[in-house]
Amino acid sequence: MRTTTPSEDFIRGIWRENPVLIQMLGLCPALAVTNTVKNALAMSAATFFVLCCSSVLISSVKRFIPKEVRISSYILVIATFVTLADMMLQAYAPVQHKELGAFIALIVVNCMILGRQEAFSSRNTVYRSLLDAVGTGIGFTIALIMMGGFREILGIGTFFDIPLFGPNFEPWVVMVLPAGGFLTLGFIILAMGVFEERKKAREAHGEAP
Amino acid sequence: MKERPESDAIEVQVVDTLQPDSGDGAPVEEQVSTLRLVATLAVAGALAGLLIVLVNLHTKPIIDEYKAEQLKLAIYEVLPGVSRYRTLYQVDGALSAEVPAGAKATDFRQAYVGYDDAGQMKGVAVSRGESGFQDIVQVIFGFEPDSGVLLGMKVLDSKETPGLGDKIFKDQDFVDQFFARPQTPLAAIKAGSGKGAPGEIDAITGATISSKVVVSIINNGIAEWRPILEKGIPEEAQ
Repeated sequence: MRTTTPSEDFIRGIWRENPVLIQMLGLCPALAVTNTVKNALAMSAATFFVLCCSSVLISSVKRFIPKEVRISSYILVIATFVTLADMMLQAYAPVQHKELGAFIALIVVNCMILGRQEAFSSRNTVYRSLLDAVGTGIGFTIALIMMGGFREILGIGTFFDIPLFGPNFEPWVVMVLPAGGFLTLGFIILAMGVFEERKKAREAHGEAP
Repeated sequence: MKERPESDAIEVQVVDTLQPDSGDGAPVEEQVSTLRLVATLAVAGALAGLLIVLVNLHTKPIIDEYKAEQLKLAIYEVLPGVSRYRTLYQVDGALSAEVPAGAKATDFRQAYVGYDDAGQMKGVAVSRGESGFQDIVQVIFGFEPDSGVLLGMKVLDSKETPGLGDKIFKDQDFVDQFFARPQTPLAAIKAGSGKGAPGEIDAITGATISSKVVVSIINNGIAEWRPILEKGIPEEAQ
């Protein structure tokens, strides 16, 4: 067991304990709605909102929640914010809401969010829980944008709807289909693994990292 | 690859980030009564419900307005040259301008009758859904009830395969065929194999099923609605 500084709380979720790429949490949205960068961004924004609000609320009311019903309470809080996010997306970003469909409602069961509440917000101050949530949210966003960018560029030939290649580009349709999601996630995790191995090997040889 | 958390990462995380000295965070340890458990959840549930109702009051009008606006745009799109339309309801196999007392308007199939500036009836728009390659494809289309000529078509909702089946609304060449006043019933044919017969629609290569669904929706829809429309369209109340 060790203690962390506030800046570590923030940084941790972005890279070293990235929720999607390292902890392998929240894979359902990461696979399902990352066929374009726009969808990835909308999903990240909704998840970010839910994560931050839930973390702040749960860390501030944690004294009043008996531990026997804490999981039910957390889910209740998360589900409430998801419903709010769902209604607000539908009102202010109807096109994105239509694209994301049922996956907005499924943020409730994103284990990344519940995981942060159980592991962090329920035993830390509001300030540090917010830092942790923002860091984790940014990490989730980075992972989804990486996947969305990769899949949109190869699968449609555009990035953020901007055409990148000439009209002769033949899109790899498989990349925007579910199979492409698994392939992309696999390759990104592979790349991260290779990167980590190299870093460890360098450190073992006593070179500057 | 070191200590990568497994699927039960919640447990792993507890150990990883436990803060023994974080002050006010320690959960209460003593046994609590059942009443308090129920009360906590009840209060939390009531607050959550209240919050959702408040936000819903705010967002519902915006969402409804957007949906109505989308429907209006779609009706004007599939009935070119129409300057206004009115909504009629299918009640007991005939058209009616009003729904029976006490019934909800959304429980009845709706037809939108479009008129031009001179008050002349130009066509009727109806929406219909049928199973596509993935899920129900919902299409709204306009036609002339007397001649059976198709005026226009718009896909309202579809989950067809991105890059292939979604060409039924993304491929402008395909969509344009439905605005070229083809005579119904339509026939989906392999692209380029047309003999110039009326009602031929070039199917999209690689999306034959999706193309055929659109054609089938229009054919079945017109077959279903024409007998009803022939019974007469109720006069407008002056």
